[in-house]
Amino acid sequence: MSSLDEIPVVSGAGAPASRELPLNGALESVLHEVRHALARLVGTGETTKIDLKSMPFGPGDLDRLIAFLGKGEVQASIEALGPTRVQETATAGVWLVDYLNSEAQRLALHLEIAHVPEILRPQPQDLDDAIAVLDARLNRVGGDPPPTS
Amino acid sequence: MAARNATEKTLGESLRERGVSRRGFLKFCAATASMMALPPSMTSTIAAALEQARRPSVIWLSFQECTGCTESLTRSHAPTVEDLILDVISLDYHHTLQAAAGEAAELARVQAMKAHAGDYLVVVDGSLPGPDSNPGYSTVAGHSNYDMLMETVEHAAAVVAVGSCAAFGGLPHASPNPTGAVSVLDVVKHKPVVNVSGCPPIPMVITGVLAHYLIFGRLPELDAYHRPLAFFGQSIHDRCYRRPFYDKGLFAKSFDDEGARLGWCLYQLGCKGPSTYNACATMRWNDGTSWPVEAGHPCLGCAEPSFWDAGGFYQALSVPTSASGMTVLGAGAAGALVGGAVAALAKRRTKAEEARRQPVTVDELEQKL
Amino acid sequence: MSGSMEFLLWTKGPMFNVAIAIFAIGLLVRIAEIFVLGRERNYAEPRASEWLPGLRTVFTRTVADPGTFKRAPFNVVVGWVWHIGFLIALLLFVPHIKLIESLTGLSWPALPNPIISMVTAVTLVALIATLIHRMTHPVKRRISTIEDYLVWTVVFAVVLTGFLAFNRMINPYPLVLGMHILSAEIMLILLPFTKLTHIFTLFIARWYNGAAFGRKGVQS
Ligand code: SF4
Ligand code: SF4
Repeated sequence: MSSLDEIPVVSGAGAPASRELPLNGALESVLHEVRHALARLVGTGETTKIDLKSMPFGPGDLDRLIAFLGKGEVQASIEALGPTRVQETATAGVWLVDYLNSEAQRLALHLEIAHVPEILRPQPQDLDDAIAVLDARLNRVGGDPPPTS
Repeated sequence: MAARNATEKTLGESLRERGVSRRGFLKFCAATASMMALPPSMTSTIAAALEQARRPSVIWLSFQECTGCTESLTRSHAPTVEDLILDVISLDYHHTLQAAAGEAAELARVQAMKAHAGDYLVVVDGSLPGPDSNPGYSTVAGHSNYDMLMETVEHAAAVVAVGSCAAFGGLPHASPNPTGAVSVLDVVKHKPVVNVSGCPPIPMVITGVLAHYLIFGRLPELDAYHRPLAFFGQSIHDRCYRRPFYDKGLFAKSFDDEGARLGWCLYQLGCKGPSTYNACATMRWNDGTSWPVEAGHPCLGCAEPSFWDAGGFYQALSVPTSASGMTVLGAGAAGALVGGAVAALAKRRTKAEEARRQPVTVDELEQKL
Repeated sequence: MSGSMEFLLWTKGPMFNVAIAIFAIGLLVRIAEIFVLGRERNYAEPRASEWLPGLRTVFTRTVADPGTFKRAPFNVVVGWVWHIGFLIALLLFVPHIKLIESLTGLSWPALPNPIISMVTAVTLVALIATLIHRMTHPVKRRISTIEDYLVWTVVFAVVLTGFLAFNRMINPYPLVLGMHILSAEIMLILLPFTKLTHIFTLFIARWYNGAAFGRKGVQS
């Protein structure tokens, strides 16, 4: 892909991405969706995921959106079926989750409006397995099995 | 028998066997949802279904085609969701991709048909010479395309026609259609047929349809042309990021004018986006890099029937496909001639009548009475 | 296989050829007939040129005289509104200009699409008003023939389908675009054989009128 990257991309407006850029219709509607999702998160705790790959964005729109949302304090990365990068945006509760394959190509890009993105949380079956695994290891060490509640 | 064992494992099992963790599986499902144009909220449904899904057997038939469709699928970026889906289906016959050749290859097809009778999917790329045309135009292993299709489809669960040739006849069908090419749907009437049109079709749409079958155990919802609505439900024009320019009346008038540089609408350069239903405006090509309109080229309408005979690619959608100013002039001239002749005749008749006129005086009239 | 796309291509291809041929032949038959039949020979010596007054009348008759306006203000105003709306949509909409350009090589600047859409909406309302007026006005109702209603229907269908197509209000789009093209073709076909011919003959008639007044001669 490096040879492709060498070709300079000139975006029509020629303006650099900035947080106070005039937003076009597609960007604005995404941001309104985020606004509603945040309200739902605060009100009912319901989380929302927005698929950014299915948006009719023009060249540069995605960069503009990401620049607009800004960078928050939390960054995380998960190694499972290739890397997944999680970035909190400057808006608390709005996360950018970038699913990549082992060649760093994007599989999906979500905006997740949640307390913690789903992929960061341990999966319920994994928690069940964890108890079993831990029990087995403790048994092997020779201690009493902990009381199961 | 090997094929049978492979299909008996559920997808969740075979993925975990390959060392995919639960988070990895979740990610796979998120990517699958994105690929299938489903909202991300469907991820958990997909996860639950995939956990239980079994690998379907797929028989891929290639007829009068350019292999562009297979290229589209296999040249899509390396290890991807598409690949994973392809890995989890059991592609039992594809004469371009399979290692086996000759009789062994044909045997694989027959075996897969027997082992999975009633369950397997048939994917077709390319059109075929119709039952009434010379079968010699296209044969595989001595079988005419028509016979092979009919035989293979007989015990299939469904047929997926991949690419505009299989779906609508495509370039082989272009006037005057020398091979008598027909589409799959033209001859397969007794099985469900899904058309994944496009020249080539978007790889994610091909796998998206297979994934849908895998996950939900049935075919997706279709439009009037048997195309999956999830991908073909909206026109290029409706999802085009240049649409605001169309609405404002700002058009590129040539490929290198000011408008073209500013990214204005390509309608006047022949864009068929308004009448074309396909997913490339959002799914894009080449790993989501770009798509034709973004690259500055008008949409050719490649996912629509007869796009190959629908007039010039660089003529606006409103321009008739064959009439020219000459036709109109010719017709007008003929009309003028006829009109002139009619009027001249009328004049002649009036003159003749005038010449034959025999004036009658009042006296003469009264005498007669 | 026959679907909306095949329908659209039929209206853009074979049907368009048929319609444009009937239109061109029919119209030229009518017009050639009128000119070749001509007027009665005029033996009186003209007292002035007929060209200028002829031309002048072509334009002056476009505006109704005060008397007509007083007697039928509705006809004048609404008639004007929809005729102008129709002409704007016909001649200043990008796809139409492209079509004309492909046939004649002539082109001119267009109006932005939203303006065309608005003008079309006004035209539709005005056309409906003319129909209501025709059906309720006691005199008009009596003098209206089947042909009048046919002509109204065809014109209305052209404008309505155009509006629906532009605003993409019917799915799939090829179907509604095909319907628009087909209704325009029906209009083209009917044009030479109905009152719609006035689009062309009105200029001839006005010119004859003006010319007759202009030459101030005697003519039977
Ligand atoms: S470029 Fe094509 S698809 Fe995009 S708005 Fe213009 S006409 Fe529609
Ligand atoms: S832009 Fe149009 S012609 Fe090009 S790939 Fe997409 S649907 Fe096909």
